[in-house]
Amino acid sequence: MTATQQTSTLPTHRYTLVVDLDRCNGCGSCATACAVENNIPPAPERSNVRTGVVWLRVHDVATVDPSGRSTFVPIPCQQCDEPPCVDVCPQRAVEYDPRTGIVGQIPVRCLGCRYCMVACPYHTRSFNWWSPEWPEGMKASLNPDVSIRQRGVVEKCNFCVQRLQAARAKTSAAGKTDIDPADYVPACVEACPSRALSFGDANDADGEVAKLAKDPESFRLLAALGTSPKVLYRSSDPVVRERLSRTGVTRG
Amino acid sequence: MKLPALVSFTAGLVPALAAGWLLFPRLIYKTEAQPLPFNHKVHAEQGMACGDCHAVAEDGRFAGMPTTESCAGCHAEKGENPAVNALVERYVEPGVEIPWLSNARQPDNAYFPHAAHVTGEKVACARCHGPHGESTAVRPVQVNRLSGYPRDIWGPSISRLRREEWQGMKMSDCIACHRAGGRESACIDCHK
Repeated sequence: MTATQQTSTLPTHRYTLVVDLDRCNGCGSCATACAVENNIPPAPERSNVRTGVVWLRVHDVATVDPSGRSTFVPIPCQQCDEPPCVDVCPQRAVEYDPRTGIVGQIPVRCLGCRYCMVACPYHTRSFNWWSPEWPEGMKASLNPDVSIRQRGVVEKCNFCVQRLQAARAKTSAAGKTDIDPADYVPACVEACPSRALSFGDANDADGEVAKLAKDPESFRLLAALGTSPKVLYRSSDPVVRERLSRTGVTRG
Repeated sequence: MKLPALVSFTAGLVPALAAGWLLFPRLIYKTEAQPLPFNHKVHAEQGMACGDCHAVAEDGRFAGMPTTESCAGCHAEKGENPAVNALVERYVEPGVEIPWLSNARQPDNAYFPHAAHVTGEKVACARCHGPHGESTAVRPVQVNRLSGYPRDIWGPSISRLRREEWQGMKMSDCIACHRAGGRESACIDCHK
Protein backbone atom coordinates (compact mmCIF):
# COMPACT_ATOMS: atom_id res chain seq x y z
CA MET A 1 0.00 0.00 0.00
CA THR A 2 1.42 3.38 -0.91
CA ALA A 3 1.57 6.36 1.37
CA THR A 4 -1.12 8.21 -0.54
CA GLN A 5 -3.55 5.33 -0.38
CA GLN A 6 -3.09 4.95 3.33
CA THR A 7 -3.49 8.68 4.00
CA SER A 8 -6.69 8.72 1.99
CA THR A 9 -8.30 6.27 4.41
CA LEU A 10 -8.10 8.93 7.13
CA PRO A 11 -11.33 10.86 7.60
CA THR A 12 -11.55 13.97 5.50
CA HIS A 13 -13.42 17.12 6.41
CA ARG A 14 -14.17 20.48 4.88
CA TYR A 15 -14.35 22.80 7.84
CA THR A 16 -16.53 25.75 6.95
CA LEU A 17 -17.65 28.94 8.68
CA VAL A 18 -20.99 30.54 7.85
CA VAL A 19 -21.57 34.18 8.84
CA ASP A 20 -25.17 35.37 9.02
CA LEU A 21 -24.95 39.11 8.30
CA ASP A 22 -28.58 39.62 9.36
CA ARG A 23 -27.64 38.53 12.86
CA CYS A 24 -24.28 40.30 13.19
CA ASN A 25 -24.60 43.52 15.20
CA GLY A 26 -20.94 44.45 14.92
CA CYS A 27 -20.15 44.04 18.63
CA GLY A 28 -16.65 42.72 17.92
CA SER A 29 -16.77 39.84 20.43
CA CYS A 30 -15.47 37.49 17.74
CA ALA A 31 -12.42 39.66 17.09
CA THR A 32 -11.66 39.95 20.82
CA ALA A 33 -12.08 36.23 21.44
CA CYS A 34 -9.85 35.53 18.46
CA ALA A 35 -7.09 37.82 19.77
CA VAL A 36 -7.21 36.27 23.24
CA GLU A 37 -7.30 32.68 21.97
CA ASN A 38 -4.48 33.18 19.50
CA ASN A 39 -2.10 35.27 21.63
CA ILE A 40 -2.33 38.35 19.45
CA PRO A 41 -0.47 41.11 21.32
CA PRO A 42 -2.05 44.52 21.95
CA ALA A 43 -1.26 46.86 19.07
CA PRO A 44 1.53 49.31 19.80
CA GLU A 45 0.54 52.99 19.76
CA ARG A 46 2.51 53.67 16.60
CA SER A 47 0.58 51.00 14.65
CA ASN A 48 -2.32 51.84 12.36
CA VAL A 49 -5.05 50.00 10.47
CA ARG A 50 -2.49 48.62 8.02
CA THR A 51 0.34 47.71 10.38
CA GLY A 52 -1.49 46.20 13.35
CA VAL A 53 -1.98 42.45 13.70
CA VAL A 54 -5.62 41.40 13.27
CA TRP A 55 -6.82 37.92 12.33
CA LEU A 56 -10.50 38.75 12.27
CA ARG A 57 -11.67 42.25 11.42
CA VAL A 58 -15.30 43.38 11.64
CA HIS A 59 -15.87 45.80 8.79
CA ASP A 60 -18.64 48.38 9.00
CA VAL A 61 -19.81 48.60 5.43
CA ALA A 62 -22.25 51.52 5.43
CA THR A 63 -22.21 51.94 1.67
CA VAL A 64 -23.44 48.44 0.87
CA ASP A 65 -27.05 49.13 1.74
CA PRO A 66 -28.64 51.97 -0.29
CA SER A 67 -30.80 52.89 2.74
CA GLY A 68 -27.64 53.90 4.59
CA ARG A 69 -28.03 51.16 7.17
CA SER A 70 -24.72 49.58 8.26
CA THR A 71 -23.89 46.03 7.42
CA PHE A 72 -21.23 44.53 9.64
CA VAL A 73 -19.00 42.00 7.93
CA PRO A 74 -16.61 39.94 10.08
CA ILE A 75 -13.75 38.82 7.83
CA PRO A 76 -11.25 36.21 9.01
CA CYS A 77 -9.00 34.27 6.61
CA GLN A 78 -11.45 32.93 4.03
CA GLN A 79 -9.82 29.47 4.05
CA CYS A 80 -9.96 29.21 0.26
CA ASP A 81 -10.05 25.85 -1.47
CA GLU A 82 -7.94 27.49 -4.18
CA PRO A 83 -5.72 29.69 -1.99
CA PRO A 84 -3.57 32.22 -3.88
CA CYS A 85 -1.31 32.66 -0.82
CA VAL A 86 -0.15 29.03 -1.01
CA ASP A 87 0.87 29.41 -4.65
CA VAL A 88 3.07 32.45 -4.07
CA CYS A 89 4.87 31.43 -0.88
CA PRO A 90 8.54 30.70 -1.65
CA GLN A 91 9.02 29.00 1.73
CA ARG A 92 6.11 26.60 1.78
CA ALA A 93 5.13 28.36 4.98
CA VAL A 94 1.48 28.29 3.89
CA GLU A 95 -0.12 25.00 3.07
CA TYR A 96 -3.52 23.63 2.14
CA ASP A 97 -4.42 20.59 4.23
CA PRO A 98 -6.50 18.25 2.06
CA ARG A 99 -7.73 16.40 5.15
CA THR A 100 -9.40 19.43 6.72
CA GLY A 101 -9.45 22.12 4.05
CA ILE A 102 -7.63 24.44 6.44
CA VAL A 103 -5.04 26.79 4.94
CA GLY A 104 -2.31 26.49 7.54
CA GLN A 105 0.23 29.20 8.23
CA ILE A 106 3.54 28.24 9.85
CA PRO A 107 5.06 31.52 11.06
CA VAL A 108 8.47 30.04 11.97
CA ARG A 109 8.95 29.05 8.34
CA CYS A 110 8.01 32.50 7.04
CA LEU A 111 10.80 34.76 5.80
CA GLY A 112 8.60 37.85 5.77
CA CYS A 113 8.52 38.55 2.02
CA ARG A 114 4.76 39.29 2.25
CA TYR A 115 3.96 37.91 -1.21
CA CYS A 116 1.00 36.16 0.44
CA MET A 117 -0.32 39.48 1.72
CA VAL A 118 -0.24 40.86 -1.80
CA ALA A 119 -1.84 37.72 -3.20
CA CYS A 120 -4.68 37.58 -0.68
CA PRO A 121 -7.71 39.38 -2.14
CA TYR A 122 -9.37 39.56 1.29
CA HIS A 123 -6.64 41.42 3.23
CA THR A 124 -6.83 38.94 6.07
CA ARG A 125 -3.09 38.54 6.62
CA SER A 126 -0.96 40.56 9.01
CA PHE A 127 2.75 41.24 9.16
CA ASN A 128 4.53 41.56 12.49
CA TRP A 129 6.22 44.93 12.22
CA TRP A 130 7.26 44.82 15.90
CA SER A 131 8.19 42.20 18.46
CA PRO A 132 5.13 41.13 20.41
CA GLU A 133 4.83 42.81 23.79
CA TRP A 134 2.30 42.35 26.54
CA PRO A 135 1.64 44.64 29.49
CA GLU A 136 3.16 43.57 32.80
CA GLY A 137 1.48 40.43 34.15
CA MET A 138 -0.53 39.69 31.02
CA LYS A 139 1.93 37.07 29.82
CA ALA A 140 0.55 34.72 32.45
CA SER A 141 -2.77 34.73 30.61
CA LEU A 142 -1.33 33.61 27.25
CA ASN A 143 -2.75 30.48 25.65
CA PRO A 144 -0.10 27.72 25.90
CA ASP A 145 -1.61 25.93 22.89
CA VAL A 146 -0.65 28.74 20.52
CA SER A 147 2.94 29.72 19.89
CA ILE A 148 3.65 33.45 19.83
CA ARG A 149 5.08 34.93 16.62
CA GLN A 150 8.21 37.00 16.31
CA ARG A 151 8.81 40.23 14.47
CA GLY A 152 9.22 39.90 10.71
CA VAL A 153 6.74 37.12 9.91
CA VAL A 154 3.22 36.96 8.51
CA GLU A 155 0.35 35.41 10.41
CA LYS A 156 -3.35 34.77 9.89
CA CYS A 157 -6.35 32.82 11.13
CA ASN A 158 -5.82 29.04 11.16
CA PHE A 159 -9.46 28.26 12.07
CA CYS A 160 -8.22 27.74 15.68
CA VAL A 161 -6.40 24.59 14.60
CA GLN A 162 -5.06 24.17 18.14
CA ARG A 163 -8.62 23.30 19.15
CA LEU A 164 -8.69 20.66 16.41
CA GLN A 165 -5.40 19.28 17.75
CA ALA A 166 -6.86 19.12 21.26
CA ALA A 167 -10.01 17.45 19.94
CA ARG A 168 -7.91 14.85 18.12
CA ALA A 169 -5.87 14.13 21.25
CA LYS A 170 -9.07 13.69 23.24
CA THR A 171 -10.39 11.33 20.54
CA SER A 172 -7.19 9.25 20.61
CA ALA A 173 -7.25 9.06 24.41
CA ALA A 174 -10.80 7.73 24.23
CA GLY A 175 -9.73 5.11 21.66
CA LYS A 176 -11.85 6.59 18.86
CA THR A 177 -10.81 7.61 15.36
CA ASP A 178 -12.87 10.66 14.48
CA ILE A 179 -13.53 13.75 16.55
CA ASP A 180 -16.80 14.79 18.10
CA PRO A 181 -17.83 17.98 16.19
CA ALA A 182 -18.72 19.63 19.51
CA ASP A 183 -15.04 19.44 20.53
CA TYR A 184 -13.85 21.61 17.65
CA VAL A 185 -15.40 25.08 17.67
CA PRO A 186 -13.26 28.15 16.87
CA ALA A 187 -13.09 30.93 19.47
CA CYS A 188 -15.00 33.45 17.34
CA VAL A 189 -17.96 31.09 16.89
CA GLU A 190 -17.98 30.29 20.59
CA ALA A 191 -17.96 34.00 21.53
CA CYS A 192 -20.63 35.36 19.17
CA PRO A 193 -23.55 36.49 21.40
CA SER A 194 -26.04 36.75 18.51
CA ARG A 195 -25.12 33.35 17.08
CA ALA A 196 -24.29 34.86 13.72
CA LEU A 197 -21.47 32.37 13.21
CA SER A 198 -21.93 28.68 12.48
CA PHE A 199 -19.04 26.29 12.10
CA GLY A 200 -18.86 22.70 10.99
CA ASP A 201 -17.93 20.11 8.42
CA ALA A 202 -19.45 20.81 5.00
CA ASN A 203 -18.84 17.15 4.08
CA ASP A 204 -21.39 16.17 6.71
CA ALA A 205 -24.51 16.33 4.50
CA ASP A 206 -26.91 16.40 7.45
CA GLY A 207 -24.97 19.10 9.31
CA GLU A 208 -26.17 22.67 9.73
CA VAL A 209 -23.28 24.12 7.74
CA ALA A 210 -23.86 21.89 4.69
CA LYS A 211 -27.51 22.96 4.64
CA LEU A 212 -26.67 26.67 5.03
CA ALA A 213 -24.10 26.41 2.23
CA LYS A 214 -26.78 25.23 -0.20
CA ASP A 215 -29.20 27.98 0.81
CA PRO A 216 -29.78 30.60 -1.92
CA GLU A 217 -29.17 33.37 0.62
CA SER A 218 -25.56 32.22 1.10
CA PHE A 219 -22.73 33.68 -0.95
CA ARG A 220 -18.96 34.07 -1.03
CA LEU A 221 -16.94 37.29 -1.04
CA LEU A 222 -15.43 38.07 -4.45
CA ALA A 223 -16.89 34.87 -5.81
CA ALA A 224 -15.77 35.61 -9.38
CA LEU A 225 -12.09 35.23 -8.44
CA GLY A 226 -12.53 31.47 -8.11
CA THR A 227 -10.73 31.21 -4.78
CA SER A 228 -13.61 29.10 -3.38
CA PRO A 229 -13.56 30.32 0.23
CA LYS A 230 -14.83 28.12 3.04
CA VAL A 231 -16.13 31.19 4.83
CA LEU A 232 -19.66 31.81 3.58
CA TYR A 233 -21.87 34.83 4.20
CA ARG A 234 -25.64 35.00 4.35
CA SER A 235 -28.02 37.88 4.02
CA SER A 236 -31.73 38.15 3.32
CA ASP A 237 -31.07 41.43 1.50
CA PRO A 238 -30.42 40.81 -2.22
CA VAL A 239 -28.54 44.13 -2.54
CA VAL A 240 -26.10 43.16 0.20
CA ARG A 241 -25.63 39.73 -1.35
CA GLU A 242 -25.06 41.07 -4.83
CA ARG A 243 -22.66 43.85 -3.85
CA LEU A 244 -20.57 41.90 -1.34
CA SER A 245 -20.18 38.87 -3.58
CA ARG A 246 -19.08 41.17 -6.40
CA THR A 247 -16.87 43.71 -4.65
CA GLY A 248 -16.01 42.37 -1.25
CA VAL A 249 -14.79 45.04 1.14
CA THR A 250 -11.43 46.73 1.36
CA ARG A 251 -9.40 47.53 4.41
CA GLY A 252 -10.02 50.73 6.31
CA MET B 1 49.03 21.67 -4.29
CA LYS B 2 52.60 22.12 -3.14
CA LEU B 3 53.73 20.50 0.08
CA PRO B 4 54.16 23.69 2.20
CA ALA B 5 50.71 24.82 1.15
CA LEU B 6 49.21 21.44 2.05
CA VAL B 7 50.92 21.48 5.42
CA SER B 8 49.69 24.93 6.30
CA PHE B 9 46.17 24.08 5.04
CA THR B 10 46.08 20.95 7.19
CA ALA B 11 47.55 22.83 10.13
CA GLY B 12 44.59 25.20 9.92
CA LEU B 13 41.89 22.65 9.09
CA VAL B 14 42.60 20.12 11.82
CA PRO B 15 42.35 22.54 14.78
CA ALA B 16 39.31 24.15 13.19
CA LEU B 17 37.54 20.80 12.86
CA ALA B 18 38.64 19.76 16.33
CA ALA B 19 37.25 22.98 17.77
CA GLY B 20 34.01 22.55 15.84
CA TRP B 21 33.39 18.90 16.60
CA LEU B 22 34.89 18.51 20.07
CA LEU B 23 35.05 21.88 21.78
CA PHE B 24 31.94 23.60 20.43
CA PRO B 25 29.46 20.97 21.69
CA ARG B 26 30.92 21.38 25.16
CA LEU B 27 30.56 25.13 24.98
CA ILE B 28 27.09 25.29 23.46
CA TYR B 29 25.46 22.98 26.01
CA LYS B 30 25.29 23.76 29.70
CA THR B 31 24.62 20.95 32.13
CA GLU B 32 21.93 21.28 34.77
CA ALA B 33 21.48 18.76 37.58
CA GLN B 34 18.11 17.19 38.40
CA PRO B 35 16.59 18.23 41.74
CA LEU B 36 16.48 14.65 43.07
CA PRO B 37 18.10 11.33 42.22
CA PHE B 38 15.65 8.82 40.77
CA ASN B 39 16.01 5.15 39.90
CA HIS B 40 13.66 4.14 37.09
CA LYS B 41 14.86 0.53 37.13
CA VAL B 42 13.88 -0.09 40.74
CA HIS B 43 10.39 1.24 40.07
CA ALA B 44 10.00 -0.78 36.87
CA GLU B 45 11.03 -3.91 38.75
CA GLN B 46 8.10 -3.36 41.11
CA GLY B 47 5.90 -3.92 38.07
CA MET B 48 5.16 -0.28 37.37
CA ALA B 49 4.59 0.82 33.77
CA CYS B 50 5.64 4.20 32.32
CA GLY B 51 2.03 5.38 32.26
CA ASP B 52 1.57 4.78 35.98
CA CYS B 53 3.52 7.97 36.68
CA HIS B 54 3.72 9.68 33.27
CA ALA B 55 0.02 9.59 32.49
CA VAL B 56 -2.16 10.72 29.62
CA ALA B 57 -5.20 12.56 30.98
CA GLU B 58 -8.77 11.80 29.93
CA ASP B 59 -8.90 14.83 27.63
CA GLY B 60 -5.78 13.57 25.84
CA ARG B 61 -3.29 15.96 27.41
CA PHE B 62 -0.02 14.46 28.56
CA ALA B 63 0.86 15.21 32.14
CA GLY B 64 4.59 14.75 31.55
CA MET B 65 6.37 14.76 34.88
CA PRO B 66 4.59 13.04 37.76
CA THR B 67 3.14 15.18 40.53
CA THR B 68 4.47 15.12 44.08
CA GLU B 69 1.09 13.70 45.06
CA SER B 70 1.64 10.62 42.91
CA CYS B 71 5.07 10.05 44.53
CA ALA B 72 3.53 10.52 47.98
CA GLY B 73 1.11 7.70 47.21
CA CYS B 74 3.95 5.31 48.12
CA HIS B 75 6.53 7.61 49.71
CA ALA B 76 4.58 9.50 52.33
CA GLU B 77 7.06 8.88 55.11
CA LYS B 78 10.81 8.85 55.57
CA GLY B 79 12.69 5.56 55.59
CA GLU B 80 16.22 4.36 55.12
CA ASN B 81 16.81 5.56 51.57
CA PRO B 82 18.38 9.05 51.55
CA ALA B 83 16.77 9.86 48.19
CA VAL B 84 13.32 9.03 49.56
CA ASN B 85 14.07 11.08 52.66
CA ALA B 86 15.05 14.04 50.50
CA LEU B 87 11.83 13.65 48.52
CA VAL B 88 9.67 13.59 51.65
CA GLU B 89 11.53 16.40 53.40
CA ARG B 90 11.81 18.81 50.49
CA TYR B 91 8.66 18.15 48.48
CA VAL B 92 6.06 15.84 50.08
CA GLU B 93 5.89 17.50 53.50
CA PRO B 94 5.85 21.11 52.26
CA GLY B 95 3.48 20.01 49.46
CA VAL B 96 5.44 21.53 46.57
CA GLU B 97 6.02 20.10 43.09
CA ILE B 98 9.42 18.69 42.16
CA PRO B 99 11.06 20.96 39.56
CA TRP B 100 12.18 18.10 37.29
CA LEU B 101 14.09 19.14 34.20
CA SER B 102 12.95 17.62 30.93
CA ASN B 103 15.30 15.95 28.46
CA ALA B 104 12.59 15.86 25.82
CA ARG B 105 10.96 19.31 25.93
CA GLN B 106 10.13 20.29 22.37
CA PRO B 107 10.32 23.86 21.05
CA ASP B 108 7.28 26.02 21.76
CA ASN B 109 5.94 25.85 18.19
CA ALA B 110 5.95 22.04 18.07
CA TYR B 111 2.84 20.15 19.12
CA PHE B 112 3.26 16.52 20.07
CA PRO B 113 0.15 14.66 21.26
CA HIS B 114 1.16 11.67 23.37
CA ALA B 115 -2.43 10.43 23.23
CA ALA B 116 -2.37 10.02 19.44
CA HIS B 117 0.93 8.13 19.50
CA VAL B 118 0.85 6.11 22.71
CA THR B 119 -2.87 5.48 23.18
CA GLY B 120 -4.02 5.68 19.57
CA GLU B 121 -1.20 4.10 17.58
CA LYS B 122 0.31 2.04 20.43
CA VAL B 123 3.81 3.39 19.86
CA ALA B 124 6.12 2.18 22.63
CA CYS B 125 7.53 4.90 24.91
CA ALA B 126 11.05 3.56 24.24
CA ARG B 127 10.66 4.27 20.49
CA CYS B 128 11.39 7.94 21.18
CA HIS B 129 12.69 7.98 24.75
CA GLY B 130 14.99 4.97 24.54
CA PRO B 131 15.60 2.54 27.39
CA HIS B 132 14.95 5.30 29.94
CA GLY B 133 12.93 2.94 32.11
CA GLU B 134 15.98 0.73 32.65
CA SER B 135 18.22 3.52 33.90
CA THR B 136 19.34 3.57 37.51
CA ALA B 137 19.88 7.33 37.67
CA VAL B 138 18.28 10.33 35.98
CA ARG B 139 20.64 12.06 33.63
CA PRO B 140 21.49 15.71 34.16
CA VAL B 141 19.94 17.80 31.41
CA GLN B 142 22.14 19.40 28.79
CA VAL B 143 20.55 22.60 27.58
CA ASN B 144 21.53 24.48 24.44
CA ARG B 145 22.66 27.92 25.59
CA LEU B 146 21.30 29.64 22.48
CA SER B 147 17.96 27.93 21.93
CA GLY B 148 17.21 26.64 25.42
CA TYR B 149 16.31 23.21 23.97
CA PRO B 150 17.57 20.03 25.63
CA ARG B 151 20.25 18.08 23.83
CA ASP B 152 18.03 15.03 23.30
CA ILE B 153 16.15 16.95 20.59
CA TRP B 154 19.23 16.79 18.42
CA GLY B 155 20.56 13.56 19.88
CA PRO B 156 23.80 12.84 21.74
CA SER B 157 26.02 12.79 18.68
CA ILE B 158 26.62 16.09 16.91
CA SER B 159 27.34 14.23 13.67
CA ARG B 160 24.16 12.10 14.06
CA LEU B 161 26.11 9.17 12.63
CA ARG B 162 25.73 5.66 14.06
CA ARG B 163 22.86 6.72 16.28
CA GLU B 164 20.20 4.45 17.71
CA GLU B 165 16.70 4.65 16.23
CA TRP B 166 15.34 6.43 19.31
CA GLN B 167 18.10 9.02 19.54
CA GLY B 168 17.08 12.43 18.30
CA MET B 169 13.68 14.13 18.24
CA LYS B 170 14.15 16.56 15.38
CA MET B 171 11.41 17.29 12.86
CA SER B 172 13.23 15.07 10.37
CA ASP B 173 13.03 12.18 12.86
CA CYS B 174 9.26 12.69 13.23
CA ILE B 175 8.82 12.91 9.47
CA ALA B 176 10.89 9.76 8.82
CA CYS B 177 8.59 7.72 11.05
CA HIS B 178 5.42 9.30 9.65
CA ARG B 179 6.62 8.74 6.09
CA ALA B 180 7.42 5.09 6.80
CA GLY B 181 3.90 4.60 8.13
CA GLY B 182 2.22 6.52 5.30
CA ARG B 183 1.07 9.13 7.80
CA GLU B 184 2.36 12.27 6.22
CA SER B 185 0.00 15.14 6.57
CA ALA B 186 -0.18 18.87 7.07
CA CYS B 187 2.35 21.12 8.86
CA ILE B 188 -0.38 22.26 11.24
CA ASP B 189 -0.92 18.71 12.49
CA CYS B 190 2.29 19.06 14.51
CA HIS B 191 2.87 22.82 14.63
CA LYS B 192 1.03 25.44 16.57
